[in-house]
Amino acid sequence: MSIRERLSGNEAVAIAIRQINPDVMPAFPITPSTEIAQMVATYIANGQVNTEFIPVESEHSAMSAAIGAEAAGARSLTATSSCGLALMWEVLYVAASSRLPIAMAVVNRALSSPININCDHSDSMGARDAGWIQIYSENNQEVYDNFVQAYRIAEHPSVRLPIMICQDGFYTSHAVENMELLEDREIKDFVGEYAPESYLLNSRQPLSVGAYGLPAYYMEAKRSQLEALKNAKQVTLEVAEEFARLSGRNYGLFEAYRLEDADYAMVIIGSTAGTAKDAVDKLRAEGKKAGLLKIRLFRPFPGEEIAHALKNAGFIACMDRTESFNGQCGPLGAEVKSALFNARLMPEVINYVYGIGGRDVAVENITSVFEDLIRIEQTKDAGDRYRYLSLRE
Amino acid sequence: MAIDDVTKITETIAWTDITEGCKIEAAGNSRLFNTGEWRVDTPVFIKEKCTHCLLCVPVCPDSAIPVNNYKRADFDYEHCKGCGICAKACPVGAIEMKEGGK
Repeated sequence: MSIRERLSGNEAVAIAIRQINPDVMPAFPITPSTEIAQMVATYIANGQVNTEFIPVESEHSAMSAAIGAEAAGARSLTATSSCGLALMWEVLYVAASSRLPIAMAVVNRALSSPININCDHSDSMGARDAGWIQIYSENNQEVYDNFVQAYRIAEHPSVRLPIMICQDGFYTSHAVENMELLEDREIKDFVGEYAPESYLLNSRQPLSVGAYGLPAYYMEAKRSQLEALKNAKQVTLEVAEEFARLSGRNYGLFEAYRLEDADYAMVIIGSTAGTAKDAVDKLRAEGKKAGLLKIRLFRPFPGEEIAHALKNAGFIACMDRTESFNGQCGPLGAEVKSALFNARLMPEVINYVYGIGGRDVAVENITSVFEDLIRIEQTKDAGDRYRYLSLRE
Repeated sequence: MAIDDVTKITETIAWTDITEGCKIEAAGNSRLFNTGEWRVDTPVFIKEKCTHCLLCVPVCPDSAIPVNNYKRADFDYEHCKGCGICAKACPVGAIEMKEGGK
Protein backbone atom coordinates (compact mmCIF):
# COMPACT_ATOMS: atom_id res chain seq x y z
CA MET A 1 0.00 0.00 0.00
CA SER A 2 1.42 3.35 -0.91
CA ILE A 3 1.28 6.33 1.42
CA ARG A 4 0.57 9.80 0.03
CA GLU A 5 2.90 12.44 1.46
CA ARG A 6 4.15 15.96 0.93
CA LEU A 7 7.91 16.00 1.33
CA SER A 8 11.06 17.81 0.31
CA GLY A 9 13.69 15.85 -1.61
CA ASN A 10 15.89 15.83 1.48
CA GLU A 11 13.05 14.41 3.59
CA ALA A 12 12.27 11.83 0.89
CA VAL A 13 15.87 10.55 1.00
CA ALA A 14 15.97 10.61 4.81
CA ILE A 15 12.77 8.54 4.95
CA ALA A 16 14.20 6.07 2.42
CA ILE A 17 17.27 5.75 4.67
CA ARG A 18 15.04 5.20 7.73
CA GLN A 19 13.12 2.50 5.90
CA ILE A 20 16.31 0.80 4.71
CA ASN A 21 17.84 1.07 8.22
CA PRO A 22 21.49 0.80 7.14
CA ASP A 23 24.24 -0.18 9.59
CA VAL A 24 26.57 2.83 9.57
CA MET A 25 26.28 6.49 8.54
CA PRO A 26 29.35 8.69 8.95
CA ALA A 27 28.58 12.31 8.02
CA PHE A 28 29.92 15.82 8.39
CA PRO A 29 27.88 19.03 8.02
CA ILE A 30 30.20 20.93 5.67
CA THR A 31 28.76 24.12 4.23
CA PRO A 32 26.80 23.52 2.11
CA SER A 33 25.47 20.28 3.56
CA THR A 34 21.83 19.29 3.54
CA GLU A 35 19.27 18.28 6.14
CA ILE A 36 19.61 14.61 5.21
CA ALA A 37 22.26 13.71 7.81
CA GLN A 38 20.47 15.77 10.47
CA MET A 39 17.14 14.03 9.78
CA VAL A 40 18.73 10.58 9.93
CA ALA A 41 20.50 11.56 13.17
CA THR A 42 17.05 12.44 14.56
CA TYR A 43 15.66 9.03 13.57
CA ILE A 44 18.63 7.44 15.36
CA ALA A 45 18.13 9.60 18.48
CA ASN A 46 14.43 8.67 18.50
CA GLY A 47 15.28 4.98 18.30
CA GLN A 48 13.46 4.59 14.97
CA VAL A 49 16.52 2.97 13.38
CA ASN A 50 19.58 1.25 14.80
CA THR A 51 22.05 2.83 12.39
CA GLU A 52 25.41 3.76 13.95
CA PHE A 53 25.97 7.48 13.30
CA ILE A 54 29.63 8.55 13.24
CA PRO A 55 30.10 12.32 13.58
CA VAL A 56 33.42 12.70 11.77
CA GLU A 57 35.60 15.80 11.39
CA SER A 58 35.43 16.26 7.62
CA GLU A 59 33.85 14.89 4.44
CA HIS A 60 37.14 13.17 3.62
CA SER A 61 36.77 11.37 6.95
CA ALA A 62 33.08 10.68 6.28
CA MET A 63 33.93 8.76 3.12
CA SER A 64 36.95 7.12 4.77
CA ALA A 65 34.78 5.92 7.66
CA ALA A 66 32.14 4.66 5.22
CA ILE A 67 34.89 2.71 3.41
CA GLY A 68 36.12 1.19 6.67
CA ALA A 69 32.62 0.30 7.80
CA GLU A 70 31.67 -1.20 4.44
CA ALA A 71 34.90 -3.24 4.28
CA ALA A 72 34.16 -4.47 7.81
CA GLY A 73 30.85 -5.82 6.52
CA ALA A 74 28.38 -3.05 7.40
CA ARG A 75 25.88 -1.54 4.97
CA SER A 76 27.11 2.05 4.94
CA LEU A 77 26.10 5.38 3.47
CA THR A 78 26.66 9.07 3.71
CA ALA A 79 25.15 12.26 2.30
CA THR A 80 26.95 15.21 0.83
CA SER A 81 26.82 18.18 -1.48
CA SER A 82 29.08 20.53 -3.43
CA CYS A 83 32.50 21.12 -1.83
CA GLY A 84 31.79 18.31 0.65
CA LEU A 85 31.86 15.90 -2.29
CA ALA A 86 34.97 17.63 -3.61
CA LEU A 87 36.73 17.04 -0.28
CA MET A 88 35.96 13.32 -0.59
CA TRP A 89 37.70 13.12 -3.96
CA GLU A 90 40.72 11.01 -3.07
CA VAL A 91 38.75 8.39 -1.17
CA LEU A 92 35.88 8.14 -3.67
CA TYR A 93 38.30 6.25 -5.89
CA VAL A 94 39.30 3.95 -3.01
CA ALA A 95 35.65 3.08 -2.35
CA ALA A 96 35.09 2.14 -5.98
CA SER A 97 38.34 0.30 -6.65
CA SER A 98 38.00 -1.66 -3.39
CA ARG A 99 34.53 -2.67 -4.69
CA LEU A 100 32.61 -1.42 -1.66
CA PRO A 101 28.88 -0.89 -2.34
CA ILE A 102 28.43 2.31 -0.31
CA ALA A 103 25.40 4.47 -1.12
CA MET A 104 25.66 8.24 -1.13
CA ALA A 105 22.88 10.82 -1.30
CA VAL A 106 24.26 13.67 -3.38
CA VAL A 107 22.46 16.98 -3.53
CA ASN A 108 23.92 18.67 -6.60
CA ARG A 109 25.21 22.14 -5.90
CA ALA A 110 27.83 24.44 -7.38
CA LEU A 111 31.52 24.57 -6.51
CA SER A 112 33.10 27.90 -5.59
CA SER A 113 34.27 30.38 -6.63
CA PRO A 114 32.57 32.80 -6.91
CA ILE A 115 31.12 31.51 -3.66
CA ASN A 116 27.86 29.78 -4.55
CA ILE A 117 25.89 26.94 -3.00
CA ASN A 118 23.04 26.83 -5.50
CA CYS A 119 22.08 24.09 -7.91
CA ASP A 120 24.33 22.81 -10.62
CA HIS A 121 26.05 19.54 -11.42
CA SER A 122 29.71 20.53 -11.12
CA ASP A 123 30.16 18.48 -7.92
CA SER A 124 29.05 15.05 -9.11
CA MET A 125 30.14 15.64 -12.72
CA GLY A 126 33.64 16.26 -11.41
CA ALA A 127 33.41 12.91 -9.61
CA ARG A 128 32.04 11.09 -12.64
CA ASP A 129 35.25 9.19 -13.37
CA ALA A 130 35.80 7.97 -9.79
CA GLY A 131 34.25 4.59 -10.63
CA TRP A 132 30.94 5.13 -8.83
CA ILE A 133 27.56 4.31 -10.33
CA GLN A 134 25.67 7.59 -10.81
CA ILE A 135 21.89 7.89 -10.98
CA TYR A 136 20.18 11.26 -11.37
CA SER A 137 16.63 12.19 -10.37
CA GLU A 138 14.13 14.65 -11.83
CA ASN A 139 11.85 15.12 -8.82
CA ASN A 140 11.26 14.11 -5.20
CA GLN A 141 9.43 10.92 -6.12
CA GLU A 142 12.32 9.85 -8.33
CA VAL A 143 15.00 10.54 -5.74
CA TYR A 144 13.06 8.45 -3.19
CA ASP A 145 12.52 5.63 -5.68
CA ASN A 146 16.15 5.75 -6.84
CA PHE A 147 17.46 5.64 -3.30
CA VAL A 148 15.29 2.63 -2.51
CA GLN A 149 16.81 0.85 -5.52
CA ALA A 150 20.39 1.95 -4.79
CA TYR A 151 21.66 -0.92 -2.63
CA ARG A 152 20.03 -3.55 -4.84
CA ILE A 153 22.14 -2.28 -7.74
CA ALA A 154 25.33 -1.54 -5.78
CA GLU A 155 25.40 -4.79 -3.79
CA HIS A 156 24.58 -7.09 -6.71
CA PRO A 157 27.31 -9.80 -6.87
CA SER A 158 28.19 -8.90 -10.47
CA VAL A 159 28.56 -5.21 -9.54
CA ARG A 160 29.65 -4.48 -5.93
CA LEU A 161 30.40 -0.82 -6.53
CA PRO A 162 29.44 2.36 -4.69
CA ILE A 163 26.49 4.37 -5.96
CA MET A 164 25.58 8.07 -5.93
CA ILE A 165 21.91 8.96 -6.01
CA CYS A 166 21.85 12.56 -7.19
CA GLN A 167 19.15 15.19 -7.02
CA ASP A 168 19.13 18.90 -7.84
CA GLY A 169 19.96 21.24 -4.97
CA PHE A 170 16.99 23.36 -3.84
CA TYR A 171 14.81 22.59 -6.90
CA THR A 172 14.07 19.18 -5.45
CA SER A 173 16.14 18.92 -2.24
CA HIS A 174 14.39 21.81 -0.50
CA ALA A 175 11.14 22.02 -2.46
CA VAL A 176 8.10 20.15 -1.17
CA GLU A 177 6.16 17.98 -3.60
CA ASN A 178 3.33 15.48 -3.42
CA MET A 179 4.66 11.97 -3.60
CA GLU A 180 4.00 8.37 -2.68
CA LEU A 181 5.98 6.38 -0.15
CA LEU A 182 6.02 2.61 0.18
CA GLU A 183 5.36 0.87 3.48
CA ASP A 184 8.38 0.25 5.74
CA ARG A 185 7.89 -3.51 5.45
CA GLU A 186 7.77 -3.35 1.62
CA ILE A 187 11.06 -1.43 1.55
CA LYS A 188 12.75 -3.82 3.99
CA ASP A 189 11.66 -6.82 1.92
CA PHE A 190 12.71 -5.14 -1.33
CA VAL A 191 16.15 -4.04 -0.15
CA GLY A 192 16.79 -7.15 1.97
CA GLU A 193 19.46 -7.86 4.56
CA TYR A 194 23.07 -7.17 3.63
CA ALA A 195 25.05 -10.40 3.46
CA PRO A 196 28.52 -9.69 2.05
CA GLU A 197 30.54 -12.72 0.95
CA SER A 198 33.82 -11.48 2.37
CA TYR A 199 34.31 -8.82 5.04
CA LEU A 200 36.98 -7.84 7.55
CA LEU A 201 35.02 -8.72 10.70
CA ASN A 202 34.54 -12.32 9.61
CA SER A 203 36.80 -14.12 12.08
CA ARG A 204 36.44 -17.42 10.19
CA GLN A 205 37.91 -16.01 6.99
CA PRO A 206 40.75 -13.46 7.25
CA LEU A 207 40.74 -10.85 4.49
CA SER A 208 43.20 -8.31 3.12
CA VAL A 209 41.68 -5.13 1.63
CA GLY A 210 43.56 -2.28 -0.02
CA ALA A 211 46.39 -4.16 -1.68
CA TYR A 212 49.41 -2.49 -3.24
CA GLY A 213 49.20 -2.76 -7.04
CA LEU A 214 52.44 -2.32 -8.90
CA PRO A 215 52.49 -1.50 -12.65
CA ALA A 216 52.28 -5.22 -13.41
CA TYR A 217 48.82 -5.41 -11.76
CA TYR A 218 47.17 -1.97 -11.91
CA MET A 219 45.83 -2.23 -15.48
CA GLU A 220 44.29 -5.66 -14.90
CA ALA A 221 42.74 -4.39 -11.67
CA LYS A 222 41.16 -1.39 -13.45
CA ARG A 223 39.88 -3.49 -16.35
CA SER A 224 38.24 -5.85 -13.89
CA GLN A 225 36.65 -2.87 -12.11
CA LEU A 226 35.31 -1.56 -15.43
CA GLU A 227 33.59 -4.88 -16.09
CA ALA A 228 31.73 -4.56 -12.78
CA LEU A 229 30.63 -1.02 -13.68
CA LYS A 230 29.42 -2.18 -17.10
CA ASN A 231 27.41 -4.93 -15.38
CA ALA A 232 25.57 -2.23 -13.43
CA LYS A 233 23.60 -1.33 -16.57
CA GLN A 234 21.78 -4.66 -16.81
CA VAL A 235 21.35 -4.85 -13.03
CA THR A 236 19.82 -1.34 -12.99
CA LEU A 237 17.19 -2.54 -15.48
CA GLU A 238 16.45 -5.73 -13.54
CA VAL A 239 16.09 -3.86 -10.24
CA ALA A 240 13.86 -1.27 -11.93
CA GLU A 241 11.61 -4.04 -13.25
CA GLU A 242 11.22 -5.52 -9.80
CA PHE A 243 10.62 -2.06 -8.33
CA ALA A 244 7.90 -1.43 -10.93
CA ARG A 245 6.07 -4.58 -9.79
CA LEU A 246 6.19 -3.25 -6.22
CA SER A 247 5.40 0.41 -6.82
CA GLY A 248 3.80 0.66 -10.26
CA ARG A 249 6.43 3.23 -11.20
CA ASN A 250 8.66 2.45 -14.18
CA TYR A 251 12.32 3.36 -14.55
CA GLY A 252 14.87 2.56 -17.21
CA LEU A 253 18.37 3.70 -18.12
CA PHE A 254 16.82 6.98 -19.25
CA GLU A 255 13.38 8.40 -19.96
CA ALA A 256 12.37 9.08 -23.56
CA TYR A 257 9.63 11.71 -23.69
CA ARG A 258 7.85 12.17 -27.05
CA LEU A 259 11.17 11.18 -28.62
CA GLU A 260 10.18 8.41 -31.06
CA ASP A 261 9.40 10.68 -34.04
CA ALA A 262 11.18 13.83 -32.80
CA ASP A 263 13.26 15.82 -35.29
CA TYR A 264 14.57 18.04 -32.50
CA ALA A 265 15.76 16.26 -29.39
CA MET A 266 17.03 17.56 -26.09
CA VAL A 267 19.21 15.47 -23.76
CA ILE A 268 19.11 16.67 -20.17
CA ILE A 269 19.80 15.59 -16.57
CA GLY A 270 17.85 16.41 -13.41
CA SER A 271 15.00 18.69 -12.42
CA THR A 272 15.01 20.85 -15.57
CA ALA A 273 13.68 17.81 -17.43
CA GLY A 274 10.28 18.73 -15.95
CA THR A 275 10.52 22.23 -17.37
CA ALA A 276 11.69 20.79 -20.69
CA LYS A 277 8.67 18.46 -20.88
CA ASP A 278 6.42 21.53 -20.70
CA ALA A 279 8.43 23.13 -23.50
CA VAL A 280 8.17 19.95 -25.59
CA ASP A 281 4.38 19.82 -25.08
CA LYS A 282 4.05 23.44 -26.10
CA LEU A 283 6.12 22.93 -29.27
CA ARG A 284 4.23 19.73 -30.11
CA ALA A 285 0.97 21.68 -29.82
CA GLU A 286 2.38 24.02 -32.45
CA GLY A 287 3.16 21.03 -34.67
CA LYS A 288 6.89 21.11 -34.04
CA LYS A 289 8.38 17.66 -33.48
CA ALA A 290 10.30 18.20 -30.28
CA GLY A 291 11.33 15.40 -27.91
CA LEU A 292 13.32 14.80 -24.77
CA LEU A 293 15.76 12.25 -23.41
CA LYS A 294 16.27 12.49 -19.66
CA ILE A 295 19.36 10.73 -18.32
CA ARG A 296 18.82 8.48 -15.31
CA LEU A 297 21.96 6.32 -15.36
CA PHE A 298 25.03 8.42 -16.16
CA ARG A 299 27.70 5.99 -14.91
CA PRO A 300 27.97 3.57 -16.57
CA PHE A 301 26.88 5.62 -19.58
CA PRO A 302 24.38 3.68 -21.68
CA GLY A 303 25.83 4.99 -24.95
CA GLU A 304 24.47 2.37 -27.36
CA GLU A 305 20.94 2.65 -26.01
CA ILE A 306 21.03 6.44 -26.07
CA ALA A 307 22.39 6.55 -29.63
CA HIS A 308 19.61 4.16 -30.65
CA ALA A 309 16.96 6.33 -28.97
CA LEU A 310 18.31 9.43 -30.75
CA LYS A 311 18.74 7.82 -34.17
CA ASN A 312 15.78 9.61 -35.78
CA ALA A 313 16.63 13.08 -34.49
CA GLY A 314 18.50 15.30 -36.92
CA PHE A 315 19.10 18.11 -34.42
CA ILE A 316 20.10 17.49 -30.84
CA ALA A 317 20.69 19.85 -27.91
CA CYS A 318 22.83 18.46 -25.08
CA MET A 319 22.24 20.34 -21.86
CA ASP A 320 25.10 20.52 -19.38
CA ARG A 321 24.58 22.04 -15.94
CA THR A 322 28.33 22.41 -15.42
CA GLU A 323 31.32 23.91 -17.18
CA SER A 324 34.03 21.44 -18.15
CA PHE A 325 36.66 24.01 -19.18
CA ASN A 326 37.81 22.14 -22.25
CA GLY A 327 36.41 24.78 -24.60
CA GLN A 328 34.37 22.44 -26.78
CA CYS A 329 31.74 20.58 -24.73
CA GLY A 330 30.39 19.65 -21.32
CA PRO A 331 30.47 16.13 -19.85
CA LEU A 332 27.02 15.17 -21.15
CA GLY A 333 27.80 16.65 -24.56
CA ALA A 334 31.03 14.65 -24.73
CA GLU A 335 29.29 11.38 -23.80
CA VAL A 336 26.37 11.83 -26.18
CA LYS A 337 28.60 12.84 -29.08
CA SER A 338 30.94 9.89 -28.63
CA ALA A 339 27.94 7.54 -28.35
CA LEU A 340 26.53 8.94 -31.61
CA PHE A 341 29.92 8.74 -33.33
CA ASN A 342 30.40 5.12 -32.26
CA ALA A 343 26.95 4.36 -33.72
CA ARG A 344 28.01 6.15 -36.94
CA LEU A 345 25.26 8.75 -36.51
CA MET A 346 26.02 12.33 -37.51
CA PRO A 347 23.16 14.58 -36.40
CA GLU A 348 23.80 18.24 -35.62
CA VAL A 349 24.62 18.42 -31.89
CA ILE A 350 24.63 21.73 -30.04
CA ASN A 351 25.90 21.67 -26.49
CA TYR A 352 24.51 24.22 -24.02
CA VAL A 353 25.73 25.17 -20.59
CA TYR A 354 22.63 26.16 -18.61
CA GLY A 355 21.53 26.97 -15.08
CA ILE A 356 24.97 26.87 -13.46
CA GLY A 357 25.29 28.35 -9.98
CA GLY A 358 21.52 28.02 -9.60
CA ARG A 359 20.46 30.27 -12.49
CA ASP A 360 16.73 29.70 -13.01
CA VAL A 361 15.65 28.03 -16.21
CA ALA A 362 12.11 28.69 -17.39
CA VAL A 363 10.02 27.06 -20.12
CA GLU A 364 10.82 30.03 -22.42
CA ASN A 365 14.56 29.39 -22.02
CA ILE A 366 14.18 25.74 -22.98
CA THR A 367 11.84 26.69 -25.83
CA SER A 368 14.53 29.02 -27.17
CA VAL A 369 16.89 26.04 -27.43
CA PHE A 370 14.44 24.16 -29.63
CA GLU A 371 13.94 27.35 -31.66
CA ASP A 372 17.72 27.49 -32.12
CA LEU A 373 17.66 23.92 -33.48
CA ILE A 374 14.82 24.76 -35.88
CA ARG A 375 16.73 27.86 -37.06
CA ILE A 376 19.89 25.77 -37.59
CA GLU A 377 17.90 23.35 -39.75
CA GLN A 378 16.48 26.24 -41.82
CA THR A 379 19.70 28.24 -42.22
CA LYS A 380 22.04 25.19 -42.38
CA ASP A 381 24.36 27.23 -40.19
CA ALA A 382 25.12 25.64 -36.81
CA GLY A 383 27.11 28.60 -35.53
CA ASP A 384 28.91 27.97 -32.25
CA ARG A 385 28.28 24.36 -31.20
CA TYR A 386 29.16 25.09 -27.56
CA ARG A 387 27.11 27.85 -26.02
CA TYR A 388 25.70 29.29 -22.81
CA LEU A 389 21.91 29.47 -22.43
CA SER A 390 20.35 32.79 -21.33
CA LEU A 391 23.71 34.48 -20.85
CA ARG A 392 23.65 38.27 -20.62
CA GLU A 393 25.61 39.71 -23.52
CA MET B 1 37.11 -14.95 -8.04
CA ALA B 2 38.40 -15.36 -4.50
CA ILE B 3 42.09 -16.08 -3.96
CA ASP B 4 43.34 -17.16 -0.52
CA ASP B 5 47.05 -17.23 -1.38
CA VAL B 6 48.69 -14.02 -2.55
CA THR B 7 51.44 -15.95 -4.36
CA LYS B 8 48.76 -17.11 -6.83
CA ILE B 9 48.44 -13.51 -8.03
CA THR B 10 51.45 -13.19 -10.30
CA GLU B 11 52.57 -10.87 -13.07
CA THR B 12 50.99 -13.22 -15.62
CA ILE B 13 47.46 -12.99 -14.19
CA ALA B 14 44.73 -12.02 -16.70
CA TRP B 15 42.27 -9.24 -15.84
CA THR B 16 39.46 -11.76 -15.72
CA ASP B 17 41.24 -13.66 -12.93
CA ILE B 18 42.32 -10.79 -10.70
CA THR B 19 40.30 -10.72 -7.48
CA GLU B 20 37.41 -8.33 -6.83
CA GLY B 21 38.97 -5.09 -5.61
CA CYS B 22 42.32 -6.96 -5.36
CA LYS B 23 41.07 -8.50 -2.10
CA ILE B 24 42.92 -11.53 -0.78
CA GLU B 25 41.10 -14.00 1.46
CA ALA B 26 44.03 -14.33 3.82
CA ALA B 27 45.83 -12.12 6.31
CA GLY B 28 49.46 -11.18 6.91
CA ASN B 29 50.46 -11.06 3.24
CA SER B 30 52.85 -8.15 3.72
CA ARG B 31 55.35 -10.54 5.34
CA LEU B 32 55.92 -12.11 1.94
CA PHE B 33 57.30 -8.93 0.39
CA ASN B 34 60.83 -7.63 0.87
CA THR B 35 59.88 -4.01 1.48
CA GLY B 36 63.15 -3.52 3.38
CA GLU B 37 64.78 -2.79 0.02
CA TRP B 38 63.25 0.72 0.15
CA ARG B 39 65.45 1.52 3.18
CA VAL B 40 67.76 4.56 2.88
CA ASP B 41 69.20 4.50 6.44
CA THR B 42 69.88 1.40 8.50
CA PRO B 43 69.61 0.78 12.27
CA VAL B 44 72.45 -1.21 13.80
CA PHE B 45 71.70 -3.33 16.87
CA ILE B 46 74.52 -3.18 19.49
CA LYS B 47 73.80 -6.32 21.43
CA GLU B 48 76.25 -5.64 24.28
CA LYS B 49 74.48 -2.38 25.25
CA CYS B 50 70.91 -3.74 25.02
CA THR B 51 69.03 -4.28 28.32
CA HIS B 52 66.02 -5.86 26.56
CA CYS B 53 63.64 -3.26 27.96
CA LEU B 54 61.79 -3.71 24.62
CA LEU B 55 60.81 -0.01 24.35
CA CYS B 56 61.91 -0.13 20.71
CA VAL B 57 59.45 -2.93 19.82
CA PRO B 58 56.04 -1.23 20.00
CA VAL B 59 57.25 1.98 18.28
CA CYS B 60 58.45 0.14 15.15
CA PRO B 61 55.85 0.91 12.43
CA ASP B 62 56.79 -2.22 10.50
CA SER B 63 57.00 -4.79 13.32
CA ALA B 64 60.59 -5.34 12.21
CA ILE B 65 62.04 -6.08 15.68
CA PRO B 66 61.56 -9.76 16.47
CA VAL B 67 61.12 -10.76 20.13
CA ASN B 68 61.75 -14.25 21.49
CA ASN B 69 61.38 -15.12 25.14
CA TYR B 70 61.17 -11.45 26.22
CA LYS B 71 64.46 -10.69 24.45
CA ARG B 72 64.76 -8.77 21.24
CA ALA B 73 66.71 -10.22 18.35
CA ASP B 74 68.49 -8.43 15.48
CA PHE B 75 66.40 -6.39 13.03
CA ASP B 76 64.22 -7.98 10.36
CA TYR B 77 65.90 -6.17 7.46
CA GLU B 78 63.38 -7.62 4.99
CA HIS B 79 60.82 -5.19 6.46
CA CYS B 80 62.76 -2.44 8.29
CA LYS B 81 62.49 0.91 6.41
CA GLY B 82 65.18 2.63 8.49
CA CYS B 83 62.88 5.32 9.91
CA GLY B 84 65.02 5.56 13.07
CA ILE B 85 62.16 5.76 15.60
CA CYS B 86 63.63 2.79 17.49
CA ALA B 87 67.00 4.56 17.81
CA LYS B 88 65.22 7.60 19.35
CA ALA B 89 63.25 5.36 21.73
CA CYS B 90 66.24 3.36 22.97
CA PRO B 91 67.28 4.69 26.44
CA VAL B 92 70.70 3.02 26.45
CA GLY B 93 72.08 3.81 22.98
CA ALA B 94 71.89 0.22 21.80
CA ILE B 95 70.63 1.25 18.35
CA GLU B 96 72.76 3.41 16.05
CA MET B 97 71.63 4.72 12.71
CA LYS B 98 74.05 4.47 9.83
CA GLU B 99 73.67 6.10 6.44
CA GLY B 100 72.63 3.94 3.51
CA GLY B 101 70.24 1.03 3.06
CA LYS B 102 72.73 -1.75 3.53
